[in-house]
Amino acid sequence: MEAVLFGITAVLALAGGVGVVAARQPVHSALALLLVLLSLAVDYLLLAAQFIAALQVIVYAGAIVVLFVFIIMLLHTRSGEGPRAGAGLPRAGAGVLCGLFGLALLALAAGVRETAPPPAPGFGTIQDVGRALFGRYLLPFEAASALLLIGMVGAVALGKRLRPAGDPSPGRPQAPPAGGPARAR
Amino acid sequence: MTWADLSLIAPELALAAAACAALLQDAWATGPALESRSRGPAAAWIALGGVCAALLLLGVRPAGAAQVGFAGMYVRDGITRVVDLAALAAAGLGVMLSPPYLERFRLPAGEYHALLLLSTAGAMLMGASRNLVLLFLGLEMLSFPLYVLAALARRSRRSQEAGLKYLLLGAFATAFFVYGVALVYGASGTADLSRLGRAPDVPLLHAGVAFLVIGLGFEAALVPFHAWAPDVYEGAPMPATAFMSVIAKVGAFAGLLRLFPQALPQLAPAWGQMLAAIAVATMILGNLAALAQSNVKRLLAYSGVAHAGYILIGIASGGPAGSSAVLYYLLVYVAMNLGAFGVLLLLERRGEEADRVEDLAGLLGRAPWAAVVLAACMVSLAGLPPTAGFIAKLYLFRAALQDHRVALALVGALTSVVSVYYYLRVASVALSAGAADAVAVRHSRFAGVGLALAAAGVLWLGIVPGAITALVQQAVQALR
Amino acid sequence: MAATLLIDAIKSAVILGGVLTAFAYVTLLERRLLARFQLRVGPNRVGPLGLLQPLADGIKLIFKEHFVPAGADRLVYLVAPLITVVAALFVYAVIPIGPPVRLFGREVTLYVADVNIGVLLVLAASSIGVYGIILGGWASDNKYALLGGLRSSAQVISYELALGLAVLGVVLAAGSLSLVDIVRAQSHLWFIVTQPAAFVLFLIAAFAETNRAPFDLPEAEQELIAGYQTEYGGFTFAMFYLGEYVGVITMGALITTLFLGGWQGPLLPPVLWFLIKVFAVVCVFIWVRATLPRLRYDQLMALGWRVLVPAGLLNLAVTALVIVARG
Repeated sequence: MEAVLFGITAVLALAGGVGVVAARQPVHSALALLLVLLSLAVDYLLLAAQFIAALQVIVYAGAIVVLFVFIIMLLHTRSGEGPRAGAGLPRAGAGVLCGLFGLALLALAAGVRETAPPPAPGFGTIQDVGRALFGRYLLPFEAASALLLIGMVGAVALGKRLRPAGDPSPGRPQAPPAGGPARAR
Repeated sequence: MTWADLSLIAPELALAAAACAALLQDAWATGPALESRSRGPAAAWIALGGVCAALLLLGVRPAGAAQVGFAGMYVRDGITRVVDLAALAAAGLGVMLSPPYLERFRLPAGEYHALLLLSTAGAMLMGASRNLVLLFLGLEMLSFPLYVLAALARRSRRSQEAGLKYLLLGAFATAFFVYGVALVYGASGTADLSRLGRAPDVPLLHAGVAFLVIGLGFEAALVPFHAWAPDVYEGAPMPATAFMSVIAKVGAFAGLLRLFPQALPQLAPAWGQMLAAIAVATMILGNLAALAQSNVKRLLAYSGVAHAGYILIGIASGGPAGSSAVLYYLLVYVAMNLGAFGVLLLLERRGEEADRVEDLAGLLGRAPWAAVVLAACMVSLAGLPPTAGFIAKLYLFRAALQDHRVALALVGALTSVVSVYYYLRVASVALSAGAADAVAVRHSRFAGVGLALAAAGVLWLGIVPGAITALVQQAVQALR
Repeated sequence: MAATLLIDAIKSAVILGGVLTAFAYVTLLERRLLARFQLRVGPNRVGPLGLLQPLADGIKLIFKEHFVPAGADRLVYLVAPLITVVAALFVYAVIPIGPPVRLFGREVTLYVADVNIGVLLVLAASSIGVYGIILGGWASDNKYALLGGLRSSAQVISYELALGLAVLGVVLAAGSLSLVDIVRAQSHLWFIVTQPAAFVLFLIAAFAETNRAPFDLPEAEQELIAGYQTEYGGFTFAMFYLGEYVGVITMGALITTLFLGGWQGPLLPPVLWFLIKVFAVVCVFIWVRATLPRLRYDQLMALGWRVLVPAGLLNLAVTALVIVARG
């Protein structure tokens, strides 16, 4: 049962991954990404990590990809199509490289033949995750909060409107600055 | 978590608190206006206060046995101490050297200082991490502010380009690092660096470690992950370039120290070869490319690449000798590189950065002290006595020879000879007569003190290295 | 195993049937109530008291011409309403409508699933529901639809934050994310009494989440025709319509569960209590629509980010402090 479900989600996730790269329209890429994220959420469920699965849906599918879709629509109002840059690598070449990489990974992973023990009762529940976050992983957790602060400071510093140089009065709104890096993340 | 845990990270906490204070002060002084109006040194004073507090907290803690906290995540030992010292020196000098530039080019002081301090805290976390998860977060905390700092000059297209480039490539490298963490965890069942030594020797572990090297090597600008360095160094506003050039090295090499000589001594034969090869490529490419540069920022970028190669010699050699040489070199590199950038920060060519070599002409006549400091730093970067650069390279090459890596030491020495040419070219232009009239020299007491400190460090570490040598050797005693 | 599956299937069918019927009659209720508020009569011709009106509406919508705009992205255009409906109905898997009862000698729970993370599933479903709106607006290849979709999704995302913060207050007070546990925690005192700020926040955010007045900007007909639904007609339009009204009922059920003690109440059977409370909340939704004018878009965003989110954080902090202080 679990193996079958995993097979289905794995195929869906891979298909989504290919879709992200291969789709012609950015919106379709974003939707394919959504498929990947949702398949992974099911995978987390199979790994008995139900809380993480819910967060995956709420945070990634519900917030981050929505923002992607948003930006795509704001940038390319006309049916979401943008100028397409020429691919740096011919498709066949890319496929072969990906295949080789996959084979290499398989060969590497073949050395590991351990089955994980069944999870302890209560594993993956919010209580369990909470205890881990505020116990053993407290310092990384707080470091991540500092990281988010950095992200916010950066987004504000790079994204806020600038007065035109040499103009002391708050002038008319300028065109948005080219790509605030922190925002793109 | 206990109070003991908290007191372990007291220096990092001091920096974070100062960063928040700098932001709040800026917000308070600016009010509802769009752009920061407080270009006075208030933020700089706050940041400096944070750095001093962190140094003080570092100093009052007795240099005893290693202390582990946060459920084994964080370790405060001799290595942590030296890395903290290097990172705090970078932050302190970075803060002291920037005010004239920030004022002239209207960079937001609050954000600049806050990001600088948080980046420093990230490098310190990397130096203290005993777990791959913390190492990763430290790396992110180190590099993310640098991406923003690189793009902080909003009116400059080159700065925007530099920030974006750095961010995209950095994100790519980070992805490799995370993937490496996952593979290492998959192979060994633990992310705890102290337990990695007992991990089974499977191919998956090697693959994971290789990915970790990519992530850290990007930050340290090792060949072949150095391609971002020249463009980002050139495009970023100069104070950001100066700070990033040293703090990224401190953090990345602290991470490499924690990873290789400390956590994976059993795999030394395998990674020793790999790192040695990278070191050779880095030294050769960095030095040769630096020869052709006429822009000082680009020149120092390639010089940074070359120095990353030198420092990697210490990691590749492993053992206490190599590790202590790395720590010593990091301290020296902070002083000499920031000294060199500090002088450039004083110059200005028609409202722009004076970053061409010929802009330095006649510096001796107008700002003799600055010219002398620049010359001393260049001599030190080239690795000539009586400066610190000489002693530092000596330790590195000695470590390589002790580990029977003659080729490494040889390539290091030869490329150092090559580097003498381009460093001394800069120094001689600065000391020459003649004058680039378009170039103005700004005077600032704040920056002057910073320059004096950097120069003092370069000379002190070069002439009487005893105290610091003892410190770094004591730091790596646990490796024996 | 098979018996449990069967029971689950029956429960799902009953609940879905109930929700769909409720949807149909909430549309009628809204029209009749609005009419009363405005001193009109409302639709009362089809069947006794107009009770067959929803049926007539449904038949009309089903037999309308099905069309796809020429420039539309066919697949996305057709999938968008489906996403809305599925996300809206999915929530009912975790909402408890009553305590376990004995039926045919077997203990039957009156919910499909009591999961450890029930509240989170509700939030997850609502965050997936956004896609229906934004994709529907985009796929139509119509600027009004696109603008409506963007507006609406920006609104839903912004208010989801306030909604989540309000829920967290309740979760802290109940000490569990399971909706069944939350209902049980209110056996003595409803959370509307102990968490009044969270209730107000939740109510306001719920209006915005369901795109209802006074936050019905996505369909501000003066500016945007019908917003993201502009190009939809017939059955696909009915699906959006269904998503919207089921959303209202969902919010009623959630408010009942989180703040009004769920199925608990004296004398009457629990399920009836639940239905009465939901009905009351839905009536409040309609009443508000009849009373309040629409906000301007910037006012809407300012309210969400500058008032509701900080208030939610404050409420959360105070709740946490009180809980810690009590030990």
